[in-house]
Amino acid sequence: MSALLQKVRAFVAGDAQADRVVPPSGFTARLTSFAAGAMAFLAVFALALSLASGRLAQRWGDELARSSTLRISAPVEQMAAQTAAALRVLETTPGVAEARALSGEEQGALLEPWFGPDLPLETLPVPQLIEIQETEDGYDAAGLRLRLAAEVPGAVLDDHTRWRKPLEQAAGRLRMLGWVSILLIAATTGTMITLAANAALAANAQVIAVLRLVGAQDSYIAHAFVRRFTLRALLGALVGTVAGLLAVMLLPAAQEAGGFLTGLGFQGLGWAWPVLIPLLAAMVAYFATGAAARRTLSELD
Amino acid sequence: MAYSYGGGELLSEISLKLSPGSFHFLTGPSGSGKTTFLKLCYGALSPTSGDVRLFGQDVRAMDRDDHAMARRRIGVVHQDCQFLDHLPIADNVMLPLTVSGKDSIEHVADLKELMGWVGLGKRAGALPPTLSGGERQRAALARAVIMSPEVVLADEPTGNVDWEMSQRLLQLLIELNKMGKTIMIATHDLNLIRAAKGQVQARVLRIANRKLQLAGADL
Ligand SMILES: Nc1ncnc2c1ncn2[C@@H]1O[C@H](COP(=O)(O)OP(=O)(O)OP(=O)(O)O)[C@@H](O)[C@H]1O
Ligand SMILES: [Mg+2]
Repeated sequence: MSALLQKVRAFVAGDAQADRVVPPSGFTARLTSFAAGAMAFLAVFALALSLASGRLAQRWGDELARSSTLRISAPVEQMAAQTAAALRVLETTPGVAEARALSGEEQGALLEPWFGPDLPLETLPVPQLIEIQETEDGYDAAGLRLRLAAEVPGAVLDDHTRWRKPLEQAAGRLRMLGWVSILLIAATTGTMITLAANAALAANAQVIAVLRLVGAQDSYIAHAFVRRFTLRALLGALVGTVAGLLAVMLLPAAQEAGGFLTGLGFQGLGWAWPVLIPLLAAMVAYFATGAAARRTLSELD
Repeated sequence: MAYSYGGGELLSEISLKLSPGSFHFLTGPSGSGKTTFLKLCYGALSPTSGDVRLFGQDVRAMDRDDHAMARRRIGVVHQDCQFLDHLPIADNVMLPLTVSGKDSIEHVADLKELMGWVGLGKRAGALPPTLSGGERQRAALARAVIMSPEVVLADEPTGNVDWEMSQRLLQLLIELNKMGKTIMIATHDLNLIRAAKGQVQARVLRIANRKLQLAGADL
């Protein structure tokens, strides 16, 4: 590791003499810096998206996994008996931390948004709801359904998996899309830097010929180009990353109601991730330019 | 050894060994293949038949790194002197040292002396495109010899300079030859050859009818 660090340090420090053999080419230089900067800016958002959707998937999973609902539909005269039977079953089910029948007022409050405040709940065959809090390990939903079917015919267990799964899945996909975007951004950066490096190498065929005439090895010539492009990409990406981070920070603060949209940011250790973006850009530039230089130098034989 | 650029053979049935410490002139009409022959001598071209050995190594068996290493032992002056146009002429002259990782600080004195000798002492900071044809040739010669290479191949090194300067440049090459370096100069300038003949054991080669001949005493 220290050997690698030393190599990196030597690479960055460089050899002032060696550097100058490649003419400072304004256009490809600016192109490289700009491409790296723009891509880094985008990468910050892709990263923010990935991290935010990761958090979201976890939150949905956590909250919903802990609670479920039992719905009892029965003739009014049997309702009380069946509710009591269901509660008994739930009390003896491993994995159920707490089971509580909702009161009339609570059920009324749940229905209020749809039917208004004056709903005569007592006279309507509204199902009774029982709220279940699970323990860490959760209960065996299939087993519970079997027991309920035998003892409480009107009971329907809703463990939220039906609608929790797609949400979790969507969040998971979103996170994956974020990572795929980062990969695509890295690949695009590599492509653009390869094009810029090829242009610079082609424009400097004469320089390469002179260097060869005086006995420069391919590795020396390649290194001069690679160093130049790597440092430019690093610098451009640094600026792009800082700009991206500022833009993310300036997003309105996360609010309960905002949910996903305003949660798009970095939290805690998440702030360490964007540091990797300029390093990734530099690495991409290093390998892209290296490959371009090796190819050009062997073609110019 | 023979060479052709694709059409008919430009050089054929060539056989020559440059022994260490020898001094050769290469003459021949324009277009006869002098430059081509020099390029074959430092491995920029490979023969189309037969073989060329650089320091005992077959050029076709050499990879690009081997070629780079061979070029550090051969100083070349091109007919169309090529430089890095963005670097001052002094840095261009130093280039062979730079690319071989030699500490250029150690050679600053050499550089000063050499630049003075070729009459470029005052032009050290100038960029190559601002130099005259003769100045470029002198700089190219300085670059070719700064590493004190074992072999110096010079293509028309005195083409654009006055008689006095051409004598100075010739002197430089003769000094190097006295230090044991192998020299080959392609030139049209018969006066230059005559001037050299008084001072060194020089052989004169002539390319005529695609063949390499030893020129007679008529020079
Ligand atoms: N790269 C090339 N491709 C095809 N033909 C070439 C190439 N280089 C040179 N030639 C041809 O080969 C012949 C010899 O060229 P060369 O440069 O070796 O001549 P020269 O003896 O050095 O002439 P001069 O005295 O004018 O410098 C010329 O007819 C030239 O047109
Ligand atoms: Mg010629």
